[in-house]
Amino acid sequence: MSKEPVAVVGIGQTKHVAARHDVSIAGLVREAAVRALQDARLGWPDIDAVVIGKAPDFFEGVMMPELYLADALGAVGKPMLRVHTAGSVGGSTALVAANLVAARVHRTVLTLAFEKQSESNAMWGLSLPIPFQQPLLAGAGGFFAPHIRAYMRRTGAPDTVGSLVAYKDRRNALKNPYAHLHEHDITLEKVQSSPMLWDPVRYSETCPSSDGACAMILTDRGGAGRSPHPPAWVHGGAMRSEPTLFAGKDFVSPQAGKDCAADVYRQAGIADPRREIDAVEMYVPFSWYEPMWLENLGFAAEGEGWKLTESGVTELDGDLPVNPSGGVLSTNPIGASGMIRFAEAALQVRGQAGEHQVDGARTALGHAYGGGAQFFSMWLVGSEPPTS
Amino acid sequence: MSSAPAPEALSAPLTVEFPFTRSLGPVQSAFLTGLRERVPLGVRTSDGRVLVPPVEYDPVTAEEIGELVEVAPTGTVTTWAWNPAPRRDQPLSTPFAWVLVRLDGADTALLHALDAPGPEAVHTGMRVRIRWAAERGGAITDIACFEPDDGPDDGPEGRQDDGRDSSAQAAEARPHDGRFADLVTGIVAPARLDYRYSPGRAQTRYLAALAEHKTVGERCPSCRKVYVPPRGACPTCGVATAEQVEVGPRGTVTTYCVVNIKAKNLDIEVPYVYAHIALDGADLALHARIGGIPYDQVRMGLRVEPVWAEGGRYPDHYRPADEPDADYDAYKELL
Repeated sequence: MSKEPVAVVGIGQTKHVAARHDVSIAGLVREAAVRALQDARLGWPDIDAVVIGKAPDFFEGVMMPELYLADALGAVGKPMLRVHTAGSVGGSTALVAANLVAARVHRTVLTLAFEKQSESNAMWGLSLPIPFQQPLLAGAGGFFAPHIRAYMRRTGAPDTVGSLVAYKDRRNALKNPYAHLHEHDITLEKVQSSPMLWDPVRYSETCPSSDGACAMILTDRGGAGRSPHPPAWVHGGAMRSEPTLFAGKDFVSPQAGKDCAADVYRQAGIADPRREIDAVEMYVPFSWYEPMWLENLGFAAEGEGWKLTESGVTELDGDLPVNPSGGVLSTNPIGASGMIRFAEAALQVRGQAGEHQVDGARTALGHAYGGGAQFFSMWLVGSEPPTS
Repeated sequence: MSSAPAPEALSAPLTVEFPFTRSLGPVQSAFLTGLRERVPLGVRTSDGRVLVPPVEYDPVTAEEIGELVEVAPTGTVTTWAWNPAPRRDQPLSTPFAWVLVRLDGADTALLHALDAPGPEAVHTGMRVRIRWAAERGGAITDIACFEPDDGPDDGPEGRQDDGRDSSAQAAEARPHDGRFADLVTGIVAPARLDYRYSPGRAQTRYLAALAEHKTVGERCPSCRKVYVPPRGACPTCGVATAEQVEVGPRGTVTTYCVVNIKAKNLDIEVPYVYAHIALDGADLALHARIGGIPYDQVRMGLRVEPVWAEGGRYPDHYRPADEPDADYDAYKELL
C-alpha cells in the first residue's frame, strides 16, 4: 500500500520578538496554534493528534513542558508526542507529524515548536559545569567560528561573503512581518563594521535570541480537498544523525547532511536541486553557513557555494532565493527555528509568503540542523500533489 | 604502550542551579497577585466548574477561559501523604503532610503542605484553612501552608449525595474582576538539581595520565583511529577501545577563532585564540587556548606544545613550538 500524500493546510507563527513578557509559555504556543487553525479554517475537534517540539528542557527549566501545554493545544483526550533533536527539532517534529499522516495513523495533525529564550539561558543550558571536563573556552559563536575559518581556507572564499549573507537576510526580514529583527537602516557597511566577536564572525553575522512559536496543520488527501487555501504537498522528508565528534567528522560539510538531502531528493525525484528547486529555507545561525550548506545540500559543487552567494543567486530576486523570510539570522526561537524553515518553505509553494514571496515558487526545501552538526532534518514541498 | 593498572573510577557532585524567570500571562498573574492580597482565585470553565489553581485553557473544550472567581480560604483535604523528612526548600522544615485541598467553592484541589503534629492527625475529609505567609510577594509560597480548621468534618469521602461539599455549599465562588493594584506579571523560579557524576573508566585513565603530563588516547581496533580524549568506545565502529596510545605532546593548530568578547565565568583576558589542535598521533582535534604569541599571529598549521600551570588538570594553554608550520595537506582532515 502506498503512503498517504501529506498536505500542509494551516500555518501560524507568533510575531517573533526578544521577549514576550505578556504571555506564558502556554499563551505563546496557543497563539501560533490558533493562527494555524484559522488558516486551515479548522477547530480543535478536527485535530486528531498533537506533535510538539522544543530544544532542551534546561533552556526554560520546565521539565516535559508538553504535559502542561496539553490544555493550551487542545490535546486532552488525544495522542500528544514530544520530539527532541536539539536545534533541528522544529524540522524533525514536523516530519514525525507528517509520517503519522503518511502512515494513515491520523488524518489531521497539529504540529508545533517553540522557544521562549527570554525565560531561558541557552548558553547555560548547553554548558553545564561537568566535573573533570575542560570547559568550552569560547562561548556560543566560538564553537562555530573555527569551522567557518576551515571553510574559508578550504574554498578560498573572500572574507566578505559572510557579510553579504547577513545583509541579504536582514533585508529579507523587513518583508516578513513575523521576523524578529527589523533593521530598517541596515547597510552592507554597517554589517561589515559591526564588532568582530569571534573572528571571523561579526556581531551582525550572528542570529538573535527570540521568543516565538510556529505551528502547522498537516492532513491527508481528503483534508487537503477541504482546505480553503492551496495546500503545500510534502514530496520528501528525511532525518539523519551522526556523532558531534568523531575521527573523520567533516564539520564544514557533514556526511549526515549530504545523506539527508540525497534521501529527500530521491523521494521527490529531484535530479538537479539547483535547477529544480525554486526557494530554500535553510538553517543559517551564522552567515557563513549559507555557502557551506549550499554545498552540503548539493546546490553547488564543493568549494563553489560562496560563488552563488557572491553573485546574488541567493537574493530574493535571484535564481535560487535562500531564506526569503530572513532566516535564522533574523529570527531564532531555537526550538521553533527548524519548523519556521519548514513552514516558510510551505508558504512559498502555497503562494502565501506575502512581500517575501518568491515569484512562481512551485518547489521549496526546508532544512534544519542542530547539536554540533549532529542532527539534520529536511523536507521538500511542492504546489502540486506527489504523483507517486 | 602497555595499559596501566586501572585507577579507581572518579566521581564528583554536580549541582545544576539556575534562577529561571516566568512570564505569567493574565490568569496566573491574577492568581498570584490574589495570593499576595490574601484573595484565593479560581477560574470558571465553560461547563461551570471552578478550577483552583486556575488554568488559561479549558481542559475539556480547549477554549480560552478567563472568568475569575474568588473562593474561600478554607477547604477539605481530598487526599494526603505524610512527609517524615522534609528536604531543603520544602514549605516546612518539620515533618508535615502533602495534601490536596479543595478550597470551598472550587471543584478541583490544590497541592500544598499541611502543618500537623503527626500522620494520626491527618485524614481525608478533614477541614483545613490557609495560613498566609507574613511576607507575600505573589507566589504560591504566599500560602505558608495549610492548618487544621475547627469546622465540622466532611467525613472520609468529603462529599455528600448531591456531589457538593457539605461545608462548601455555603461558600459558592464569587465573581472577581482579577484587578489589583500592581499586578505580579512574572516570577523567578529558582531550580536546583543535585547529581553525582562519574566520568567512567576511559576518562579516569585519561585524567590519571594527564596528571603525569602525558596525553593518552585509545585506538579503535577496527578503524585504527586514535581517540583523544578516549571514550572507551569508537563512535563510528561501535566497538570498545582498549589499546592505549600516548600522543603529542606537540600538535598542530588546524583551525581557530579569535575571541573578542568575554565569556561569563571565564577569567581570560580578551582577545585570545581558541583553537582546534591535532596532537601528533591523534585522529581528531581537541580544543584549547593558544598563548605565548600575539593573537593576530596565530595561523592554521602553527606547531604548538602544552604549557602546564601548577595544579592544573589540563594544560593551561598551548604555545608555539620552535619548528616550521605544518603543511595544510598534513592536517586538512583534522579540522
